[in-house]
Amino acid sequence: MSAHHHKETFVTKYLFSFDHKMISKQFLVTGMIMGVIGVLMSLLFRLQIAWPEHSFSIIEAFLPERFQSEAGVMKPDIYLALVTIHGTIMVFFVLTAGLSGTFSNLLIPLQIGARDMASGFMNCISYWMFFISSVIMVISLFVQAGPASAGWTIYPPLSALPQAIPGSGTGMTLWLVSMAIFIAQSLIGSLNYIVTILNLRTKGMTMTRLPLTMWALFVTAIIGVVSFPVLFSAALLLIFDRSFGTSFFLSDIFIGGEVLNYQGGSPVLFEHLFWFLGHPEVYIVLLPALGLTSEIISTNSRKPIFGYRAMIGSIMAIAFLSTIVWGHHMFVSGMNPFLGSVFTFTTLLIAIPSAVKAFNYITTLWKGNLQFNPAMLFSIGLVSTFITGGLTGIVLGDSALDINVHDTYFVVAHFHLVMGVSAIYGMYAGIYHWFPKMYGRMMNKTLGYVHFWITAIAAYGVFFPMHFIGLAGLPRRYYTNTNFPLFDDLANVNQVMTVFALIGGAAQIVFLVNFFMSIYKGKVATQNPWRSNTLEWTTPVEHIHGNWPGEIPEVHRWPYDYSKVDENGEYIFGEDYIMQTVPLKAGEQES
Amino acid sequence: MLALFYFFVAVAFAIGIWQVNRLLTYRVIFKEIKDGNKIITFQNDNNPIATEKDNDIQGKFFMIFLVGFYLLMGYCLIFLHDIMLPDAASIEGENYDNLYTITFVLIGIVQFLTQALLYFFAYKYRGIKGRKATFFADSHKLELIWTTIPTVVLAVLILYGLSIWNDVTDLEGDEAILVEVYAKQFSWEARYAGRDNELGRGNVRNIEGANTMGIDMTDENAADDIPVRELHLPVGKKVVFKFRSQDVLHSAYMPHFRAQMNCVPGMVTEFGFTPKYTTEEMRQQEDVILKVASVNEARVANGEEPYEFDYLLLCNKICGPSHYNMQMKIIVESEKDYLTWLNQQKTAKELF
Ligand code: HEM
Ligand SMILES: [Cu+2]
Ligand SMILES: [Cu+2]
Repeated sequence: MSAHHHKETFVTKYLFSFDHKMISKQFLVTGMIMGVIGVLMSLLFRLQIAWPEHSFSIIEAFLPERFQSEAGVMKPDIYLALVTIHGTIMVFFVLTAGLSGTFSNLLIPLQIGARDMASGFMNCISYWMFFISSVIMVISLFVQAGPASAGWTIYPPLSALPQAIPGSGTGMTLWLVSMAIFIAQSLIGSLNYIVTILNLRTKGMTMTRLPLTMWALFVTAIIGVVSFPVLFSAALLLIFDRSFGTSFFLSDIFIGGEVLNYQGGSPVLFEHLFWFLGHPEVYIVLLPALGLTSEIISTNSRKPIFGYRAMIGSIMAIAFLSTIVWGHHMFVSGMNPFLGSVFTFTTLLIAIPSAVKAFNYITTLWKGNLQFNPAMLFSIGLVSTFITGGLTGIVLGDSALDINVHDTYFVVAHFHLVMGVSAIYGMYAGIYHWFPKMYGRMMNKTLGYVHFWITAIAAYGVFFPMHFIGLAGLPRRYYTNTNFPLFDDLANVNQVMTVFALIGGAAQIVFLVNFFMSIYKGKVATQNPWRSNTLEWTTPVEHIHGNWPGEIPEVHRWPYDYSKVDENGEYIFGEDYIMQTVPLKAGEQES
Repeated sequence: MLALFYFFVAVAFAIGIWQVNRLLTYRVIFKEIKDGNKIITFQNDNNPIATEKDNDIQGKFFMIFLVGFYLLMGYCLIFLHDIMLPDAASIEGENYDNLYTITFVLIGIVQFLTQALLYFFAYKYRGIKGRKATFFADSHKLELIWTTIPTVVLAVLILYGLSIWNDVTDLEGDEAILVEVYAKQFSWEARYAGRDNELGRGNVRNIEGANTMGIDMTDENAADDIPVRELHLPVGKKVVFKFRSQDVLHSAYMPHFRAQMNCVPGMVTEFGFTPKYTTEEMRQQEDVILKVASVNEARVANGEEPYEFDYLLLCNKICGPSHYNMQMKIIVESEKDYLTWLNQQKTAKELF
């Protein structure tokens, strides 16, 4: 696969491309489309929860008539369907495939100095499976009885029995099919990433000279390979229970006036299988975001990332611990209380490497010379929401405290901040930073500023007060709170949150406009616009097969030699950055 | 208050639109230069990379944002306090509340400090042309500090938390009143164990007619069981609940008692607590009075009946379309009243 020119048709260039840069753009745009759908859904159900019984013409226009209890008011099961698909889309389609798929594909070959992924073919397959699973998920929205509605956690028996909720019929079948394909896609992709990072590093690129982005994406891929198959088997067993009458998860059920013929299964088993993926999944979502921001914060602080080795250690510790904490989602599931103690212990342990990461980011800013590009704003925003959301994890991870906040809005606030908002910020930071690499043009900076500030205000406006309605005891996944006078005084807070959500949603339009306009009209990028050290900025702005026109450059130093000075306090090479390809100067110590 | 808020929203929105409008001037214009050459420039010749001026403005915005964030946190902590749950109404809940307070004070301090550092550094070190960033890549001392401190703090929290967890989950032993709580789409039922304080077996296969909980009447413990539709509990006595579900997962959530347990089809789960105040006493608690006042303020505004405090059992696990309306009242009363009430109820044998 050398740099020589292939004959390219539209089909091989844009549709079935094997080129990692094109595939990464395909992942990004598909993820963005799914993101728009997911966010619009959240706005619809936020309208319902803030103004129940109020008739909205937008709901009347958007939802088919059979989904409305009266004109402009959604039915309770459709509320649940929207919540379910919103969660599924945001977690898997936007923040797993859209985030990790985009940046793993774009950055792994470029930052390690490889001509492409280990297998371009598998990479192409992986994208198209993602595409198919997205299409199936979207099709499931149009099913007669409505899409899957049992929550993104699809706990049986609810998800297994159409008698229990209409969405558990065809809608749920499509959900399972879509997710099965999604998981296969993710596995193929992850294996490819792992193999590429292990085998295709250029000369001099030792593991301890890898940018933290690479470490994060590498470890993410490993977690995915370890945990996704377990969800696959859970989905498979659920399909058996639903369609072939087995009883893996079902037992002693009386519904619709009859006893069903299931005996001996347990929904708790499903919960274990689900969360064995489900918890690592939040790190699959978060680690790439942290990896991207490590790079961006260091570059724009004009300083090395603080504690490079500690950061690698934290990533690995988080990855390892994340596979043994899943039980913290199940403290009140009826599992043995002693098991609960063990999971409390492991869960609070994971707070330590997370804290180390947060402190290291803050120290990286200290005495820097901060360049506030939009990517940098989003990275700082990420550190802020990661801390805010992470701290409440200490409440939820403690079995004794989780008893009373489990499944309330406190949880919704927690995971949106620590995983949802943080990862979305990381994704935006990545897009603003690497847009020149993807499209050869720059995004508009001022629109980026507007986008960041409105989003930052709206995100806290939605999710900070949400903790308090959770502490008031408000359960999540309630269609309306009006049946409990106890919650009547939360109505105001709910309305304020919805208004912020609408503002935040509107701010994303600014981003979309900026993104698509910049593809065509943005300023043409220079080769290394952010004056960054890593290898991707040594490739030409124009995309070519094989990434580098000549030899692949050799690496001589770690990626964080920013503002490195000699004993006289002068920059060693006269600039405040030294690219990885620059050999050590005589007498220079390797950092 | 709300009006003010909407005003701010309107202002923010207007500024947003104004800015976007101003910025959408990607329009290409043609300039004639002296020698007659035409060149193309952008009307809004926006440098896509942060300039010194940008750094200055954005750095200051971070500081303003920090202040705003502090105000938001303060507002929530102070003014949203009334709407939160009152102090625990169970003996076990007292420990819960202690741990809760300690944990929240701790994370609150960390939150206020770290956010301040983050945004303050962003402001303080905003880029200036020609200033050298300090090459500071590592410090084992610092890293040791911020690994050890969280470890120690977390160790304390874990130990305290686990001791409470062990207490509340330990349901062995003495003289507890045994109550079965039975969940189904979308209502609750309950069953008292009767004179022998033993619950008869239950299984959905026995559901028939009035026997909606599927009590196995061939089990000799079942005859004196008392099926009911309202929960009464005596104050000051430990109650152990056994939970069953008829169809899908539900979760029995009794927030005032700091109690929650899932109801799982095919399995019996359990939880227990000791009510501390009768319903009447609870209504006299200061924070309950505040909460009720705050609820009634909202209700009066909507022209609804005033609300009176009651303990509640809610469903807290998504269980179907009417999940949002699956509740049962809990009445805590003196042991005498409780026994009087219980003796008026019919036993399973009398009922079926
Ligand atoms: C416009 C921004 C967003 C708003 C207003 C929003 C709002 C909400 C709300 C209120 C719920 C809880 C509904 C309930 O439990 O009754 C929810 C659920 C959820 N959201 Fe979001 N969300 C937003 C963005 C995101 C993002 C970025 C993610 C990515 C992780 C995300 C992931 C989820 C998940 C996983 C659930 C759980 C779904 C379930 O309970 O089945 N959301 N969202
Ligand atoms: Cu978890
Ligand atoms: Cu329910």
